[in-house]
Amino acid sequence: MGFALTIIVLILALGLSWRFLGSYMAAVFDDRVHFLGWAERPIYKALGTSPDREQSWQRYGGSLVIFSAVTLGLTYLLFRIQGSLPLNPQHLGAVPPALSFNTAVSFLTNTNWQNYGGESTMSYFSQMGALTVQQFVSAAVGIAVAIALVRGFSRRKSPTIGNFWVDLTRCVLYILVPVAFVAGIIFVGQGAVETLAGPISVSNHLNGVTQTIPRGPIGFMEPIKQLGTNGGGFLDQNGATPFENPTGLTNLLSIFLVLIIPFSLTYTFGKMVGSIKHGVALLAAMVLIFGCWVTFTSYAEHQNNPSVAAAGVHSTVGNTEGKEVRVGDTSTALYGVASTQTSTGSADASYDSFTPMGGFGLLTGMMLGEVTPGGVGTGLYTILLDAIIAVFIGGLMIGRTPEYLGKKIQAREVKLAGLGVLVMPIIVLVFTAIAVSIHAGRAGPLNSGPHGFTEILYALTSQANNNGSAFGGLTGNTPFYNIVGGLDMLLGRFAIMIPVLALAGGLAAKNVVPASLGTFRTDNTMFVGLVIGVILIIGGLTFFPAISLGPIAEQLAHGKFF
Amino acid sequence: MLAHLRRSVVLIVICTVFFGFVYAFVGTGVAQVLFKHQADGSVGANGSTLIGQNWSSPKYFHGRPDDIGPYAGVGDNPLVANGKSGESAATNLGPRSKVLLANTEALLKYWHKLGVTPTPDLVTTSGSGYDPNITPLDATVQIPMVSKATGIAPSVLKSLIARETNGAQLGFLGSPYITVLQLNEALARLR
Repeated sequence: MGFALTIIVLILALGLSWRFLGSYMAAVFDDRVHFLGWAERPIYKALGTSPDREQSWQRYGGSLVIFSAVTLGLTYLLFRIQGSLPLNPQHLGAVPPALSFNTAVSFLTNTNWQNYGGESTMSYFSQMGALTVQQFVSAAVGIAVAIALVRGFSRRKSPTIGNFWVDLTRCVLYILVPVAFVAGIIFVGQGAVETLAGPISVSNHLNGVTQTIPRGPIGFMEPIKQLGTNGGGFLDQNGATPFENPTGLTNLLSIFLVLIIPFSLTYTFGKMVGSIKHGVALLAAMVLIFGCWVTFTSYAEHQNNPSVAAAGVHSTVGNTEGKEVRVGDTSTALYGVASTQTSTGSADASYDSFTPMGGFGLLTGMMLGEVTPGGVGTGLYTILLDAIIAVFIGGLMIGRTPEYLGKKIQAREVKLAGLGVLVMPIIVLVFTAIAVSIHAGRAGPLNSGPHGFTEILYALTSQANNNGSAFGGLTGNTPFYNIVGGLDMLLGRFAIMIPVLALAGGLAAKNVVPASLGTFRTDNTMFVGLVIGVILIIGGLTFFPAISLGPIAEQLAHGKFF
Repeated sequence: MLAHLRRSVVLIVICTVFFGFVYAFVGTGVAQVLFKHQADGSVGANGSTLIGQNWSSPKYFHGRPDDIGPYAGVGDNPLVANGKSGESAATNLGPRSKVLLANTEALLKYWHKLGVTPTPDLVTTSGSGYDPNITPLDATVQIPMVSKATGIAPSVLKSLIARETNGAQLGFLGSPYITVLQLNEALARLR
């Protein structure tokens, strides 16, 4: 009953924000909102640019790549010298080189894979000045690329797709900072910690326990971690710790923040291309898949944990291993699905201890390419790649050159979309094959049997999708996983973004073909079905063999323990 | 190329100053003014209500086995290793793990020795490694143990549990829960 109400409240809140945040974001990127002009103008002046200096897709992409390289270098440097920097009450030393590389890439690419324990590795300086900054910036870069692609559809015969510096600045200033700040106040009010005073020692004369409790500026990192679909928390156990996620309300707020921008961007898309119905079609495909996965995963987590049941303890409250009492089984599953079907990867439980089918729900959510609704920006541009493939298939069926929003989808578009969709499965499967073939890779898992294989597959799927959630038993802080994981994340981010920008540039340069009776409709139920089909078939065909060795084998191994 | 490089450096410096430090400092200031107690970690006389503790005496209600029984003092869970700065941690044992099966059997024995028939929460560990809460049922099954050790009548403990139970937030978020520290503080006042 409580869970049903949770779902209803979430749907109402997301519905309202879809309409209003969606149109607000369209206004922000169409340069129709200016109330923060006083903050914006000095930034453009310092950068030597302005909103009317638009860029071609090559320049847009060039700016993005150079900016990313510079931030990667700076973040790496900060980790290496954190021991000599202020705001370090625990006197933590430099982060080791391989771990610094992995972590810098991880936050740059919006992944937030964490091979370190936050409270024992990162100084307050690094948490604020490197990690939180990247949580704002990497989210804004993702959204900027999505908006560039939307402009590709909305413009006619245009040589430019916007200005990277302006899109990035406006996204952070007008969207991310205000929402994150307001949500931060709620988090702290509920009990999230926000202090610079360092750890606190407490002793309890009732039981003789003395504790040193790590603290830090956690409460205001929490909202941008979720809103930017980043997922990297201040503490090792992320949203499972009461200091990050103190109550049922903050748990629901976290889920809401994770989903709000990815879903709302479909409205922004519809508004900017002049057809809300096209946005609704994409939204419908996202919601249908998301709903199925929530149902499946929360049902799976409401079952007994096989090991605990075998010991003779049967549960009416689902699988409690690795979960928190204040959150409960079904809300944990909802959080997990929201986190893995966006590019967030935050966790309010130990995903490694989910039931075999619960873990299947999380893993496959990422394997669909994170399009339902996907990460901020990345979800929209990736589902648009799927939509292009869907109209291509539709075009083959009716035997004429397909169009999407009046733009002819020709060989170049289909090639780029195909490239963008296939990069992720290829790197996941190749890197997983390498990891299980060599000793350094097989040394990683904590668990034995099929679950150990799932830990490796999950790690490389999560990083290639820039998700960042983990089956935490895997020992990832080794040179092998730090470096392979870093490459996995870089390819999963930029080998998709660059084709998307090329696509945006090509589409913007095209003229619009007027719709006729023979035009294949791309805003009706038929098209929604086709897009869902493309997403499920690509994901299923590429990953079925791999997941049958992992969670499916584990589910079917009745009575066996590893 | 050079212009992009210069812009990149300028922009990341601006972002670091404003969206890293100014954002966090202003947030900390607002938090400290509006919600000082929460922002400092909800710490009372005996510890934080948000961080679980190790209760091993039968005179008190126990929390989840993050810090009792077989897990007490295990390096994985340093919050209970008295005085060391702790890192949150879960067991990360899979659902068909032999280790989890053995741990659960050991915890069952531990509880049976104390005269308690444990609920699932009491034989499984949490995600954070220091879950501060248990459900009312988790507390109720411990009544025989606490009653025997303290001499307080079971009916008194029952009403104590009812008093210390927090309803689901806003009536529907999560389930009713008890903060073990607050329950035991109230129990200590009964004596």
